[in-house]
Amino acid sequence: MMFMVSGVIVAAVLLFVIGSFARAIWYARHPIHLRWELYPVPHEDPRHVEHGGSYFEEVNWWTRPTRFNLLGEVRFMAPEIFFMKGLWEFNRVLWRRSFPFHFGLYLLIGTIALVAMAAVLDIVAPGLMAGGLGTGLHWLYTITGFSGAILAICGAAALLYRRLTAEDLKTYTTAGDVFNLCAFIVALGLLLTGLLFKGSDSPSTVSLFRAILTFDARVRIPGLLAVGLVLSALLAAYIPFTHMSHFIGKFFTYHAVRWNDHPLRRGSRLEQRLAEYLTYKPTWAASHVGADGTKTWAEVATTNPAEAKKK
Amino acid sequence: MKEKLRPEDMSREERQPLVHLENEDLMPLPNPLDEPDKDHRWASLSAQARERYECILDDTSAVNIPQPKTPEEQKELVHKFLSGLDKLFTKENNWTFLQPLVLTMEHCAKCQTCSAACHIYEASGGNELYRPTYRSEIMRRLYFKYVKHGGLLSAWQHGDIQLNWPLVARLIELTYRCNLCRRCAQTCPIGADNGLVAHELRKLFSQEMGIAPKELHDKGSMLQLEVGSSTGMNPVVVKDNIAFIDEDTTERTGVKVETPWDVEGADVLLLHNAGEIMAWPENPGAFALVLNAAGITWTLSSELAAYDGINYGLWYDDAQFARVAIKHAEAAKKLKVKKIVVGECGHAHKALAVIADRILTGDLNIPRESSMTLLRDIVMSGRLKLDPSRNKFPVTLHDPCNLVRLMGVVEPQREIVRKICPQFREMWPHGVDNYCCGGGSGFAIMSGNNFQDWRFHVSGRKKLEQILNAFSDCLGPDTPKYVCAPCSNCKGQIRDMLAYYEMWDTHRILYGGLVELIVNAMEDVKPGYIQWEWH
Repeated sequence: MMFMVSGVIVAAVLLFVIGSFARAIWYARHPIHLRWELYPVPHEDPRHVEHGGSYFEEVNWWTRPTRFNLLGEVRFMAPEIFFMKGLWEFNRVLWRRSFPFHFGLYLLIGTIALVAMAAVLDIVAPGLMAGGLGTGLHWLYTITGFSGAILAICGAAALLYRRLTAEDLKTYTTAGDVFNLCAFIVALGLLLTGLLFKGSDSPSTVSLFRAILTFDARVRIPGLLAVGLVLSALLAAYIPFTHMSHFIGKFFTYHAVRWNDHPLRRGSRLEQRLAEYLTYKPTWAASHVGADGTKTWAEVATTNPAEAKKK
Repeated sequence: MKEKLRPEDMSREERQPLVHLENEDLMPLPNPLDEPDKDHRWASLSAQARERYECILDDTSAVNIPQPKTPEEQKELVHKFLSGLDKLFTKENNWTFLQPLVLTMEHCAKCQTCSAACHIYEASGGNELYRPTYRSEIMRRLYFKYVKHGGLLSAWQHGDIQLNWPLVARLIELTYRCNLCRRCAQTCPIGADNGLVAHELRKLFSQEMGIAPKELHDKGSMLQLEVGSSTGMNPVVVKDNIAFIDEDTTERTGVKVETPWDVEGADVLLLHNAGEIMAWPENPGAFALVLNAAGITWTLSSELAAYDGINYGLWYDDAQFARVAIKHAEAAKKLKVKKIVVGECGHAHKALAVIADRILTGDLNIPRESSMTLLRDIVMSGRLKLDPSRNKFPVTLHDPCNLVRLMGVVEPQREIVRKICPQFREMWPHGVDNYCCGGGSGFAIMSGNNFQDWRFHVSGRKKLEQILNAFSDCLGPDTPKYVCAPCSNCKGQIRDMLAYYEMWDTHRILYGGLVELIVNAMEDVKPGYIQWEWH
């Protein structure tokens, strides 16, 4: 059974990674769009960020050096990523349900990282792991793992309840939305139960982790835990193919759209890319556009339909 | 009565509007408009309009879509819609906004955080039709079904929708129930943008189906490209009008005012919204006086479309948008000016300085800046002698969305009013969190049928509430009050709304631009540039 469990988990993780990359690459390969920023833009000069202003507030702004305020972005992003600051500000009711869910998932991801670290240290520095560090790590990932699973399950249940009962959410809730939240509750619920009832004779978490990665069929995994692990892995593999991959989308909606205030400079690489887009041949059918599929975007933009009409 | 709607209702075959609003349903207004039964009753759509056009969404019609005569004609229109929908998601046709559109389609979590931010949804009393995600949800379902060709599994995941002519007709109207202010997008935890969805749908209808409100297309961008301005002024007429304004300003101020035309090598090419020249001549007059007094070398251009800074394509059509932006840049290039300065027009600011930035390549990339910053520098530099006591009346400042939330020009105009208006008070909220005037995205110039009633009662309601609250301590008619709106479209909407609710007659609330306040405070000018009379 262990071999099969290993196979499913490794395949699912690979699918998650490939799916996430594929989605990110799909977004990144879209043409650079026209500017569509929304202020405040946190990487603006701190003097402007305070009130949501931009470099446009300066006379002859193009003569001044561009300042990219990385610290400003980090200051915005850290509370947004870890504590969902936007939701806290604009939708407190949902935050109370969504934050525990997402923070629970973060803790679970952290748990995997800690277990991986313990597994590596177990090989490279077994002496260290036999001492206080090993015990400390064990307690740490046990705490993050259990609290993460409990938070995520409670959050998902609370989100599901709200989706099914709140009038404004119910109207827009699809069967898929219900399935997604149920999937989290069931998969993480089984994982949690499997861990709680795995029995004292079952392998340690670190041994199990190593066995999964090495396809070690000699290790015996308790049935319930195996089901929990497999379902959780399958759920992870499913995420990149749904709107739940917003951890990828959000990078682009913020960095490529909301905060993309990069001005065009003559002779820049940006200008070269735009020059390519201006050779695209649109096919819009309305007569005033005059796009017959042979004219380029640049030709369409420099044609005056009013003059054409007069002729 | 508030009706609970579902996205599927957009496909309903019956010819009745989906919703009907009564004054009692709307968000309550503060004193003195706090009794709904004393509010104006809405004008109904005429029987002729109902007979000729598709009026099956709500109580009004913005687009005047002719009713198809046969089922075949309906089918043909639906087919065109589908073809346009497909094109919206190809880079050849829509490289301009493809990436943000795809992101918004793929990632909305339907959490409804955006709803609370939408002034139209709030003012309508929370009517489902005006919820920012209602329109987007329909678009999203169409995207997954017809663009991504999702089958049953996709319908299960994203929801299904029946595509027919009633849905398309309603969707056309519904894209003109959003001001494109993007306040909703600002609050989205994921970064999805419902304003963009309305914008892209408008493009689909215009660029593929040739459907757009006549005020924006025939009498807007087409007229501008034909005669030079959406006001209908050709270069001869505009020069005549400006000469008259110069004369009038000279008389009113006692300072000789002359507007330079087509000055080669000037530092500044000033781009006015030509609506100012027709409706508020004191604004271009004040600009001429201030720029001359500050010793700036500036000019207007008499080239086609270059004496009118408007660019309505921004709201509904990329091709029209690019054409006008290029005309503006070409005029500046021809005159060899150092920079283009955009006058008091919010959408002209965003159009030319921000959105056109990636269209104006090579030698068309001429620096563009806001008149707010230039005026701020003039006022703060001490080049003008200013007496704030001349502006000793309550003043509040409206933030045009295009200038503030969508361009980040927030403080310059505030620095000016703080310096020259001792009784300045902010609206709440303001700056990048402001509310749209209700006339954004072209509504201010759209008055067909009873559309005005909708924009006064619904889209402008939040702004009216803000204005009344800002002046709550001095509402009486004995105190003249000034709403400073440094944007032509916002000014038009605020003018129409104040007139509709008789706020000048009963409470002495006037409106106007920013540069007028500067001239009003200039010591070298005869007192009383701001005339306390309705115009």
